[in-house]
Amino acid sequence: MSDLPGDLLYTNDHEWLRREEDGSVSIGITDHAQSALGDLVYVELPEAGSDVDEAGEMAVVESVKAASDVYAPISGSIVAVNEELADDPEKINSDPYGDGWIVRVQPSDAIDESAMMSPGDYQTFLDELDD
Amino acid sequence: MPFIPHTEKDTSEMLQAIGVDSIADLFDEIPPELMIEHLPHVPPAVSEMEISRLMRRRARMDGSPMCFIGAGAYEHHIPTAVWDIATRGEFYSAYTPYQAEASQGTLQTIYEYQTMITELTGLDVSNASLYDGASALAEASLMSVRANRRVKSGRILLAPGVNPVYEQVALAIAGAQGLTFERLDQDAASGNVDFGKLPEGREPVAVVVQQPSFVGTLDDVDRLTDWAHEQGAFLISIVNPTALAVLRPPGQWGEAGADIAIGEGQPLGVPMSSGGPYFGFMTCKQKHVRQMPGRIVGRTSDLEDNPGFALTLQAREQHIRRSKATSNICTNQGLMVTAATIYMSLLGLDGLVGVANASHLNTTMLAYGLCGIEGVDRLYDGPFFHEVALGLDRPVAPLLTALADRDILGGFDLTSTVGRNALLVCATETKTEADIEAYVSAFADVMAADSA
Repeated sequence: MSDLPGDLLYTNDHEWLRREEDGSVSIGITDHAQSALGDLVYVELPEAGSDVDEAGEMAVVESVKAASDVYAPISGSIVAVNEELADDPEKINSDPYGDGWIVRVQPSDAIDESAMMSPGDYQTFLDELDD
Repeated sequence: MPFIPHTEKDTSEMLQAIGVDSIADLFDEIPPELMIEHLPHVPPAVSEMEISRLMRRRARMDGSPMCFIGAGAYEHHIPTAVWDIATRGEFYSAYTPYQAEASQGTLQTIYEYQTMITELTGLDVSNASLYDGASALAEASLMSVRANRRVKSGRILLAPGVNPVYEQVALAIAGAQGLTFERLDQDAASGNVDFGKLPEGREPVAVVVQQPSFVGTLDDVDRLTDWAHEQGAFLISIVNPTALAVLRPPGQWGEAGADIAIGEGQPLGVPMSSGGPYFGFMTCKQKHVRQMPGRIVGRTSDLEDNPGFALTLQAREQHIRRSKATSNICTNQGLMVTAATIYMSLLGLDGLVGVANASHLNTTMLAYGLCGIEGVDRLYDGPFFHEVALGLDRPVAPLLTALADRDILGGFDLTSTVGRNALLVCATETKTEADIEAYVSAFADVMAADSA
């Protein structure tokens, strides 16, 4: 079973969120998600400076067998995108919670943590998927 | 017996499995006013023998007139070998080559086609083809919106020389997705873009130029390409593949080259056939490839390092991305592309240059001859390729009817396109000097008869 970093929030779309010190939030996809997708070959990133709406399309991750949308878990404006993924999309496979981050968003509202999962809840969620 | 081999029992079991009562229920979402109950203008079915007789009778009515019409479809000599090879069973019956291990021949043919089209257009990558030139403009416009993400306007600016039918098709396909098409101003003398009246600040997502233009002229594509890029727009080029044998390819236009090249592939070995089936081609810069619609064949190697071919970048396509695919209405015109690949292989570059030069020479002779007739003049100054617009001193339609009575299809009536009496004529390499003299003499006769 994959290790889930304890300082992150998780969504049922298999995304993670990390609160940064400057108030922004880093977002990526979970180890479970990268493993299900397989080797990533391309990441379509949004533009820094653009706005995203909660549940709106934010990025596309493409593997050899599928292309999937990454939905914004929160509303806000994109303050940074991980440009290194353009040349090195497999960073998401090798380090989904670190170098494989996708975007950083400055939230427009307070984050509704009740809509997210703790590491423990997400682990339970994954276990139920396996059943 | 119907083609679909389901028994009534199969059908009812399937309906039951998905929980609906009837096949009609599957179409519930379509508003009833859009449903057509019956087709009163479609006659009842007839036997193969009857339909063959009817079609032969209709075909005889066409006769075999001498054709001087271009305007988007061009009569070229097609070596007999082209369709002899293209209709071999291995090519004729093959469809989408998803199963690479069983489709190496088809895949390699498409790969060779892509290679030749990229060489002709001077761009990096080609897809496996589209339906036709007109729908290729719609696809290129939608592709520009996806790839040129900084521009949100959805506004496409068209040079005056873009085929008006292409604009209608593009609007029909892309208009409902918020794209708008606007024309740039025309310089009356040249028929081309009026560079003194280019609009600033319109934030176009793409600028489209057709070279040679619909009315046969050659635009300053370098200047227009650079202007488009200064505006933050893509440059979409609509080009004629025969002309590319002698004109500079879109990939070399201006400082940075066109972003996307499209066009009608029919001149490459596909008969005119009353309008279709044809095929569209599309090439683009490498950096835009993921937004390109349609299939792409790539070369790869197998586990034993032997070269092989496979469909590539399929995650963009509808069987994987469903509604998010780059296009859900495009296909590759496999058989037409096979013919085009054989045509280009048989002619080679020298052969294609020969066709282009002979077509240009013949059209030059035709224009010279026709302009010697009182009441006929060039509509625009400047060079042309294998088509030229003529201004006439009287209505065009009666003249074309009189020429048709003499078994000559005299050209495309431009009157409604340009707003004055005008005719677009084309003489490809299929015409002899005697043909051209015969046409000029017939034209002089019908003009004289019309004046009498």
